[in-house]
Amino acid sequence: MALQTKVTRNSGARLFLQSVIGRSYPRVIGTQRDLSWLFFDIFLPFLTMVGYVYIYRALKAPEEYIGFVVLGSAMTAYWINILWSMSSQLYWEKETGNLALYVMSPTPLMAILFGMASGGLFSTTIRALVILVVGNLLFQVSYTITSFWALFLVFVLTMVALYGMGMMLSSLFLLFNREAWHSANLLQAPVMLFSGFYFPVSAFNFWVAAAASIVPLTLGMDAIRQLVFPSTALLGFLSVKLELIILAILSVLFLAAAFLTLRRMERLAIKHGKITDRLD
Amino acid sequence: MSSAETTPNSEAKPGKLLTFRTSAWLGWMIESNWTDPFIFAIYSIIRPISTAAILIVMYLVIRGGDFGSADFVNLYIGNAFFILVGAAIQGVSFGILDDREHYRTLKYIYIAPVRVPVYLFGRSVASILVACFSVLITLGFGIIFLKMPIALAEVKWGLFAAAFVLGMAVMICLGLMLGSWTLIIKNNAWSLGESLGAGLLIFSGAVFPLSVLPVPLQWVGSALPISYWLTLIRRALVPGIGRAYPMYTNLSDQQLILILLGFTLVYAALAALIYKRFDFIARERGNIDMVSNY
Repeated sequence: MALQTKVTRNSGARLFLQSVIGRSYPRVIGTQRDLSWLFFDIFLPFLTMVGYVYIYRALKAPEEYIGFVVLGSAMTAYWINILWSMSSQLYWEKETGNLALYVMSPTPLMAILFGMASGGLFSTTIRALVILVVGNLLFQVSYTITSFWALFLVFVLTMVALYGMGMMLSSLFLLFNREAWHSANLLQAPVMLFSGFYFPVSAFNFWVAAAASIVPLTLGMDAIRQLVFPSTALLGFLSVKLELIILAILSVLFLAAAFLTLRRMERLAIKHGKITDRLD
Repeated sequence: MSSAETTPNSEAKPGKLLTFRTSAWLGWMIESNWTDPFIFAIYSIIRPISTAAILIVMYLVIRGGDFGSADFVNLYIGNAFFILVGAAIQGVSFGILDDREHYRTLKYIYIAPVRVPVYLFGRSVASILVACFSVLITLGFGIIFLKMPIALAEVKWGLFAAAFVLGMAVMICLGLMLGSWTLIIKNNAWSLGESLGAGLLIFSGAVFPLSVLPVPLQWVGSALPISYWLTLIRRALVPGIGRAYPMYTNLSDQQLILILLGFTLVYAALAALIYKRFDFIARERGNIDMVSNY
């Protein structure tokens, strides 16, 4: 019949890819269809950034610190995305009843997580770029990029490790039930403190900074600062080269951990029959 | 207390006090009963201390460790009490969102014989109580670990009490104004309270004097009650240091109290009008029982 649509049944890698695209689609398209995010996700966080900039201005800090705040605020968008749209996402999906549909469908859950991550990365990058550009224009931040390729590599590895961490946390948060929301809320400020979103992480002693490096944004931001504000390179925690190596290791570790925790969570949830529970 | 407030089976509409008390209790349960008291205490400590610590480290990297200086003490106290601003604003909007989207009970609140604004006031009080705990912890941390010169014997308790009560009243009105908006928002509403609260930091004079801002932004700050309230709180808690803060130095404590009182009355009237308007729009659009799943 003319009205019938041909349904192709994919499997294997094609199904995986199809699922990734399918799950990332709403996150990519959503940014175009509903522009309210411009106000809520850019203008309001932008005000927070302005607040931190004026704190440094009131303290008569060197101009590079204004650049640290602008950069840190742009990176905040990624951390917020990891917490609220990655780590907590499977919990929300459970609350709204989608998780059971994911598990029942032939698609692997890992593809769903990749889709969430890639879609979130895309939309968050747009947000971060807007914050960065407007912040730079408003506060006249000047950058001197010492190595474009190193900067690109640092950013890519930071994002792979960070979203790998988000994928791992999404499985763990699912086990927290009602504590998931509070756990995300709890992690927000301490990580912004210890990862040095608004100041160099070297302000802490070595072991605190080393422990904070488990969050990929810590080393990522430290390396980016060294690469774009060469005058403050002395404030760097580790050398850029070493930070790149650690970020590469974190990327592999977090992706592997995401795979393992997801499998374990899926087994546990099916065994205890709690995937469809909506625990208010 | 009227019999309507004491007799559960009475057919009379419950009084405002009973509505307020019950919703405040409900809010407190929702805020606190998701875990055991020990974890809840840790949770309540870590968040405010981390936020304060960001400022401490920022100050440390620029100015060194002089935590007894007037600049730092004023910054620290302003930041500690600003927690209440966020809580008051967030309390109302979260109450609406929780009831509408999560528990899906807002429609039942609407059809129950209670006054919804009074119910929302009650819900926000729970959030303010938790925030008060955070403020105390933050101040305690400053006094014990940073040796900040806050002496209880020197605190002007009368001024503090007057400023605190008026400040909370005006903050709840502000919360109701912004929270009312939540009634008609479908997307991104969860972040509204926290984001707006953080945004108001610029205009509050909490962590830097308004004079640091460009002139038009200073006007915005002067049109909001937060900067007057925080100035009074500083003058009450650390009288000498608070007076040295370069904000409203030409105004006496009494004048500031009168200004805050004026703001409270104006904001109460505005909150009533704004709530009425948004409530009407929400009913008209059918937003009261909406579940956006956003």
